[in-house]
Amino acid sequence: MALLIFALQYDFRWGVLVEAPYASWLLQGIQNTLILTSLAWLIAIFLGILFGAMRTAPVRPVRWAGAAYVEFFRNVPLLVWLFFWYFGAPQILPLSAQEWLNRHGAEFWSAVVGLSVYHGARMSEVIRAGIQSIPKTQLEAAVSTGLSVVEAYRSVIIPIALRLIIPPATNESLNLLKNSSLALTIGVAELTFMTRQIESYSARAFEAFTAGTVIYLILCLGIAAVMGQVERYCRIPGLIARVGRAEH
Amino acid sequence: MSFDWGVIVNNWQFVIFQGLLGFGAFGGGTLRLAIPAIVLGFMLGVIIGMGRLARRPWVHYPAAIYIEFFRGVPLVMVIFWFWFLIPQITGQRLPEYTVALTAFVMFEAAYLGEIVRAGIQAVSRGQIDAAVSTGLSHFQMMRHVILPQAIRNMIPALVTQFIVLFKDTSLASIIGMMDLTKAAATVSQREIRPFEMYLFIAVVYWICTYSMSALSRRLEARLAGAAGTVA
Repeated sequence: MALLIFALQYDFRWGVLVEAPYASWLLQGIQNTLILTSLAWLIAIFLGILFGAMRTAPVRPVRWAGAAYVEFFRNVPLLVWLFFWYFGAPQILPLSAQEWLNRHGAEFWSAVVGLSVYHGARMSEVIRAGIQSIPKTQLEAAVSTGLSVVEAYRSVIIPIALRLIIPPATNESLNLLKNSSLALTIGVAELTFMTRQIESYSARAFEAFTAGTVIYLILCLGIAAVMGQVERYCRIPGLIARVGRAEH
Repeated sequence: MSFDWGVIVNNWQFVIFQGLLGFGAFGGGTLRLAIPAIVLGFMLGVIIGMGRLARRPWVHYPAAIYIEFFRGVPLVMVIFWFWFLIPQITGQRLPEYTVALTAFVMFEAAYLGEIVRAGIQAVSRGQIDAAVSTGLSHFQMMRHVILPQAIRNMIPALVTQFIVLFKDTSLASIIGMMDLTKAAATVSQREIRPFEMYLFIAVVYWICTYSMSALSRRLEARLAGAAGTVA
């Protein structure tokens, strides 16, 4: 009822979104979200492959190191990690390094580190599940052709695993995109930050948050659609085995 | 840079009792938010997951749209919706705790709804046929036959999602609710000891989430054993 009264009485001004400076703020926000997400994504994929492979390695200490990384980072909220990397971690650097960081976008780089280390841990669980779904005989066959274990992982196991995990990895990548919104708490001017800023300057809460929400929805549904095509293209003929969703 | 771990010794009571448990002048509290959010979110999730499976289009489509909408939006955005719009609609500000709880229940219900749907779909078709043939109504069938089996299927995914929710409650600190994260931020601003304080609550969060996942592994093992005796 209150909602209906609100909808009838509220003076919608969608034009605010295309006015200066709000339109450019919105674009700036989209751009920063995409840059932050892609950079963190690349590092997270790299960490994910590295530690995911380590967790399946035939050497016990290597497996333990992989497990320690994953269990430590993914069991603590991302927000706490962001605060840790932004406020806490520079404390152990020398003062000159801290000053250098503050002049060169410390918020942005803390957000990149925080997002990629956290999502690298989650991504490595996806990649581990992919590797473990490949029959052990594949590795044995690869090693019997004269490859070392590392070579077999690099040219046989990981390429197959990456093709298998496209659906859960897409899911996880979208989580990264959505989680990049937390960077607003340490002052990165990404999309949610800009939405918030438009709201506080123009006092048009409804329009601003609608714009932000719709942009996130378009980005998520768009990426999901593209990855659905990629999955079809990369499907391994004859293999139906699908890897389950990522654990937390 | 030297560390001063004494800051934890001096402030742990505030962080644990006020931040984690919510006993104190500020209200809030991570557990006091997480537990009702899990219970209410699961109840709404069951309704939405069952709605998604309904045959009637006017039940099916709203549930599907609800799930797709909330899964495509960051949680911070949902929290901001409630935080900034409720005052505009109703003309009065709600407490941070209420806003956070509402946002969490609505948001997590979408994820939990998907889990419920998958769990129900994993129950074999023959169970439905058998239930209908004994003369149960649709509601009775769901209540006594399908849901009890579905919930067993869902337990691993549910616990995983509960852990995610528990970690997500840290976002309530963004609108100023006094939870574990906010308590640590408050202390670290006063004492200028962010490294020690954030590492400390990282460990506290870690102990909570790790014990939840250890509990779920034991539960799974026990249920697998129980299922084995039935079969």
